[in-house]
Amino acid sequence: MPLPDVIPFIGLGWSDVLFLLLGGVVLAAAFGVVFGRDIIKSGLFLILTLGALAGIYVMLGAAIVAGAQVLVYIGAISVLILFAIMLTQTKVAPLKLAFQTQVAPAALAAVLLALLFGLAFGSTDWSSTVFIDTPAATGTAPVAAALFGPYLLAFEIASVLILAAVIGGLYLAMEPRGDEVGEELP
Amino acid sequence: MSQIAGHLEPYLVLSGMLFAIGSFGFLARRNAITMLMSIELMLNAVNLAALALGAFIPSLAGQGAAFALLIIAVAAAEATVGLAIVIAIFRNRKTPLVDEYDTMRQ
Repeated sequence: MPLPDVIPFIGLGWSDVLFLLLGGVVLAAAFGVVFGRDIIKSGLFLILTLGALAGIYVMLGAAIVAGAQVLVYIGAISVLILFAIMLTQTKVAPLKLAFQTQVAPAALAAVLLALLFGLAFGSTDWSSTVFIDTPAATGTAPVAAALFGPYLLAFEIASVLILAAVIGGLYLAMEPRGDEVGEELP
Repeated sequence: MSQIAGHLEPYLVLSGMLFAIGSFGFLARRNAITMLMSIELMLNAVNLAALALGAFIPSLAGQGAAFALLIIAVAAAEATVGLAIVIAIFRNRKTPLVDEYDTMRQ
């Protein structure tokens, strides 16, 4: 028996439900990252956010970006962040003082920013396509045409940037040698 | 049929909300690593907006995904250097809290 196009009683299509589900997971996990007292849980919520965002990228028809998201963000950056948490957090991490004293102005600024985005998005004529379902997957050919056509210089600069970042990260995180250690800061 | 997922605006609104959450985390948290995580949230919000625009506006087909891939590469570089700096500071000051990095203020 085929599924109906529109879910009964709700009036939404299946892709709508999927979008709302993934978007809800993204926002809830992002709140978990920002408001969580335990920084390890913040890191794990970050992984959840990135994974749900990869699902939304697939809904937008950009499977290659979703794959890069899983490989680079979840596979590399999140592991890097979790390692940095393990290296820098002490047992006596002050739980009550997770936020700066400027938390109220920061919240106000974030809410104003969200309202500004809403106003800008609502008042712009995007002249965009409206799809019956989600956007169709376009494959990788247009991505490659853009990446190796007009954005070729940016692509090459990105590779040089990553090389510089790897060398710089190694140098910065290197243990300084014994006799070259400067005076210990107070 | 879809009333939400076939339009551009819901994706942009989700992206804007995610960016706002990330900016709040960057401004309000004391821990340097949580601030870096908030930066990752903001970069992902930008990625979502770029991909949505590339998928829904015909003249931008492919360019949104190219932008998103470049942003992912830059984010990887930023995370590497940022975390290395945090670890290097932690070795000297023994704290990950940014409001205790006040040597140059005294």
